[in-house]
Amino acid sequence: MKRMQTAYIAGGGLVERRSLLLGGISFLAASSINQAVSASEGNKIIGDDFPAWSRTLGGGDSAYGQPSRYEHKVGRKLQLPAAPENSGTTGWLTPVQDMRGSITPNGLHFGSHHFGVPDIDPEKHELLIHGMVDRPLKFSVENLLRYSMISSIRFLECSGNTAINGLAPFSGDESCQDLYGLVSCAQWVGIRVADLLGEAGLKNGSAWVIAEGADSGSHSRSIPLAKLMDDSIIAFYQNGERLRAEQGYPMRLLLPGWEGNTNVKYLHRLEVTDRPAYTGHESGLYAEHLTNDKMEGFSFTMDVKSVITHPSAGQLLEEKGFMKFLVWHGQVTARYRKWKFRQMKEKPGRLRNCIFPLVTKHLPIFPFPGNGMENPQSS
Amino acid sequence: MAGLMVSFTIHAEQFPVNLGTLLTEEEITRANITIYPDGQNLPNGQGSVLEGRKLYNDQCAFCHGESGTEGPAHRLAGSIGLFSIWDPLRIKRIMEVNGLLVMSTGQQWPYATTIFDFVRRAMPHPTAKSLSNNQVYAITGYILYLNDLVGEQDLIDKNNLPQIEMPAFKRFVHAQ
Repeated sequence: MKRMQTAYIAGGGLVERRSLLLGGISFLAASSINQAVSASEGNKIIGDDFPAWSRTLGGGDSAYGQPSRYEHKVGRKLQLPAAPENSGTTGWLTPVQDMRGSITPNGLHFGSHHFGVPDIDPEKHELLIHGMVDRPLKFSVENLLRYSMISSIRFLECSGNTAINGLAPFSGDESCQDLYGLVSCAQWVGIRVADLLGEAGLKNGSAWVIAEGADSGSHSRSIPLAKLMDDSIIAFYQNGERLRAEQGYPMRLLLPGWEGNTNVKYLHRLEVTDRPAYTGHESGLYAEHLTNDKMEGFSFTMDVKSVITHPSAGQLLEEKGFMKFLVWHGQVTARYRKWKFRQMKEKPGRLRNCIFPLVTKHLPIFPFPGNGMENPQSS
Repeated sequence: MAGLMVSFTIHAEQFPVNLGTLLTEEEITRANITIYPDGQNLPNGQGSVLEGRKLYNDQCAFCHGESGTEGPAHRLAGSIGLFSIWDPLRIKRIMEVNGLLVMSTGQQWPYATTIFDFVRRAMPHPTAKSLSNNQVYAITGYILYLNDLVGEQDLIDKNNLPQIEMPAFKRFVHAQ
């Protein structure tokens, strides 16, 4: 108990009244000795006691700010080079083990690209809505930016996240970034898909929408209409700025909780239909192999997952410090509800430490005490 | 106060922007490249398996291998198994080859029309959308031939492509 109080004072936080009084007495005793050295004190230059950056004028700022140069090691990691043996796929992994907080900075958001990152001129890009609609419409990006938008703080996860272990004969001795780096979270701001589909007017019998991107592979996926009318948006902004090119500039689909591949980037066409198209990716690469030897192409939601980000491979748990872990889920399952309930009942302190409130479909980070820590909230 | 309340509850329905402009039939036809399993939207034209072989060796084999099985890019024909996680030979298979070479387009995709759709929109990988409709029929035919699903002398067109029964059709959990 005593040690805990000392740590608080050293940390510059709470200072007890008793320790202030004691400090005052010792100051009075020392003042008579100090008179002898007062002459040399007049010549003293305080700069000698300060580091270089406290003595020289700082540098300039820049139009687009960058992280401190001392954080240069924090960066994404290339999972697969764009080589034929990877079917031209590249994956850039988020350094989940280095981050604290729910929002992934835009430069660190994971990227997964089957057809590279296209260089799209927003003035020449259009969104087309056609098929089973009353009025087939096209929209310029400029006009879409004038629409009412909503904010959605959501995680995005490649369905291939952690697939390294799924495809390896034995579980890999890899870092958190290598194994779990294909998940990120951002505040996405965009137009509700339902608003634009409403403007075009849905015909009776419409049930699916084929969403297509403007990349070289015209990436396309069949999306159930119900999801698009529910909580899906066409995102234009990512954490307050326009989408990064690698995240689908000028616009992308954002289907909360659904596998990354369905969140079509560089969105340029929505074709309303009564049935799915069985596109290449839903037929093969993104179809799931089930235990009964069947394959499921239309499996969309990302289920509950969790990972300890600190300490993870390459890190040590300090004698005093916090363990940190991530939990996320694409749909509220009974299993998740049960887990959340148990946490709230048994370890309320743990959830108090949660940086963000528990909200469906985003990425909460839970720090919780490591072994060596004396923490008032540990039980 | 009332003004504040209103500003917080403005939704698109109450305040429609409606800036879409009508698409012409011609614009829709040009953009609509989706092919459906029943053959809807397949273009006129045809291609032979023999012609497909030439095109394949010229433009596809570099990445997919001469027989569509050896890679290095995604396997197009045959498979060495791997369906169930309970498969006792799963570990052996994964250790033998890259994960993308275990299954193949021919053994995994439930409809042949998807091959036409995907090749036309996305292939060849560095120069997508550079093949004519006839050439895409020919290459689709050759990929089907590599999977023993059509004969060497066959011609592929919009009428017979949707008729081809793919091995994965029965294995696929279809959309509700």
